[in-house]
Amino acid sequence: MSVLIFAELDEGKLKGSSKEAIYYGSKVAESLGTAATAIVIGQADDAELATAGRFGAAKVLHAADSKLTEANGMAYASVVAAAAEQEGSTVVVVAKSSLGDAMAARLAGKLRAGLAANVVDLPNLSNGFRVKRSIYTGKAFAETELTADKKILAIKKNTITPEEKEATASVEAFSPALNDSDFVLKVTNTEKATGDVLLPEADLVVSAGRGLKGPENWGIVEDLAKALGAATACSKPVSDLDWRPHHEHVGQTGIKISPNLYIAAGISGAIQHLAGVNSSKVIVVINKDPEAPFFKSADYGIVGDVFDILPRLTKAVNAL
Amino acid sequence: MKILVCVTSVPDTTTKITFTDNNTRFNKTGVQFITGPYDDYALARAVELKEKPGVTVTVLNVGTADSEPVIRKCLAIGADDAIRVDAEPTDAFFVAEQIAAIAKENNYDLILMGRESIDYNGGQVHGIVGELLGMPSISPVMQLDIDGSTAKLTREIEGGKQALEAQLPLILGCQEPIAEWKIPNMRGIMTARTKPLKVIPPAGNDTLTKVVGYELPPPRGSVKMIPAEEAETLIQLLRTEAKVI
Ligand SMILES: Cc1cc2nc3c(=O)[nH]c(=O)nc-3n(C[C@H](O)[C@H](O)[C@H](O)COP(=O)(O)OP(=O)(O)OC[C@H]3O[C@@H](n4cnc5c(N)ncnc54)[C@H](O)[C@@H]3O)c2cc1C
Ligand SMILES: Nc1ncnc2c1ncn2[C@@H]1O[C@H](COP(=O)(O)O)[C@@H](O)[C@H]1O
Repeated sequence: MSVLIFAELDEGKLKGSSKEAIYYGSKVAESLGTAATAIVIGQADDAELATAGRFGAAKVLHAADSKLTEANGMAYASVVAAAAEQEGSTVVVVAKSSLGDAMAARLAGKLRAGLAANVVDLPNLSNGFRVKRSIYTGKAFAETELTADKKILAIKKNTITPEEKEATASVEAFSPALNDSDFVLKVTNTEKATGDVLLPEADLVVSAGRGLKGPENWGIVEDLAKALGAATACSKPVSDLDWRPHHEHVGQTGIKISPNLYIAAGISGAIQHLAGVNSSKVIVVINKDPEAPFFKSADYGIVGDVFDILPRLTKAVNAL
Repeated sequence: MKILVCVTSVPDTTTKITFTDNNTRFNKTGVQFITGPYDDYALARAVELKEKPGVTVTVLNVGTADSEPVIRKCLAIGADDAIRVDAEPTDAFFVAEQIAAIAKENNYDLILMGRESIDYNGGQVHGIVGELLGMPSISPVMQLDIDGSTAKLTREIEGGKQALEAQLPLILGCQEPIAEWKIPNMRGIMTARTKPLKVIPPAGNDTLTKVVGYELPPPRGSVKMIPAEEAETLIQLLRTEAKVI
């Protein structure tokens, strides 16, 4: 009855958030007196998959059917359900992500499993099975008891810091029967930025708002992000105005992130913006208005002009 | 074509969240309730699709009588009728079972939801309903056109977007820019008063999770201001003090 972790791939590599999920799952397994198994779907080589052992997985089930190459929440849920059945797993761990969310919801329906999303801590097993999850878009936490036999935990980024060890996981091919009904969506086109740090995965994020005045000025944001190895993000008006693509928009109606560092340049700090970034570990705010509300939620602040400050910060990073 | 739009009644996005009864209940005092912003996108697109003849839009909420102002507003924006399942929406599976039970009776061609509710942010209900009905679910959807029985849509993926085609019936979790939020006009508000709002009891009471208590995050420490002339020292502080770079 191992703890099962749904681990995602990005271009053949285990995603950072999934490594965290594997480590988290191995800790849950430890406290339940069992082992952690990862289920990985899609194309990847065995050497890469075996590295799941570094994060605590004893075994990796690899579903590599070519029909599964395209990410598909419905089909993946069927595969994970089959893996849970084979392994006798009653606890499934996933990292919050667009694919993870879609998969987890379908899986919850299939297994009649209690699903806790945005989990931010290891479960407390002293009184039932309880987890702490973030609610009201980061403004509060709910201590939640999972009362069903089967449980799914969708963890938020930065819930736990993996400690790597010298170990490799055994890799087993996994080929459950696939249902045609899971393959009814026809993908006609995919546009995906390649090479960039994915925003939901990023440890460091440089974000900018309407204070940048126009899309032609984004070079200074990208330069700092590049120097830091950070992802770029933006406020809602910036994506509404089409200055930046929608998938960079963070906040109440955008992506919710919890990186180690969030740098906000020329963003006022409206409550709906904060909702998407308030669980960042460290927040830096750069704004020319000393009264900007964002300073109240920041760890470091600079009152200044972004057109002056950002290039100087980039220089300072490059000089490190 | 029959469209069902599932809406939540949630605290306004500017609400300061607090709890009462020894942190076991959400404090509703002075809180303004609104339609979930993502649900608003779903409703707005549904009302646009109604411009074609033969399209009806039903709004569904699982909630107590406190939700009725939000439901009336959806009717004022242009939905034809509404159903309220009279129950506290405590658990995603419970809510999904209610929606699935109603959908089974009514054969909707399209079930539109928000990408996620803004109280519990689960992003789960569409997937669970999809599984209960054996219907595809797609989220987050940013663009939707209907051509006969085919839906052409765009969903957001990490770092980009993807165009898809699928046959109705479908369940979609919506987000911007699928449509512009709509505000009710005077005529809408007047007609909404007489549009049917059916209140029905819940089907079953299966819950798989239970909230046992709430907590507020610890306040962030005070901000350290760095004079603009010395902006570069920020980078040193991030390295040596905050240890994040
Ligand atoms: C239901 C709802 C949901 C929402 N969801 C989101 C969301 O998900 N994400 C989001 O971001 N917003 C969201 N909003 C909008 C939000 O309320 C704010 O309007 C928005 O965040 C403001 O964006 P901004 O800070 O970029 O622009 P502004 O508020 O215009 O702020 C620009 C800032 O830049 C500063 N500035 C200007 N020039 C310079 C300069 N040269 N140097 C330094 N600083 C400068 C100004 O002092 C100002 O503080 C939502 C609103 C609602 C009602
Ligand atoms: N109580 C409810 N009544 C009606 N629809 C709901 C309810 N809760 C959630 N939904 C729908 O499901 C979507 C996703 O919600 P959630 O899974 O809670 O994030 C919401 O945007 C709504 O469209």
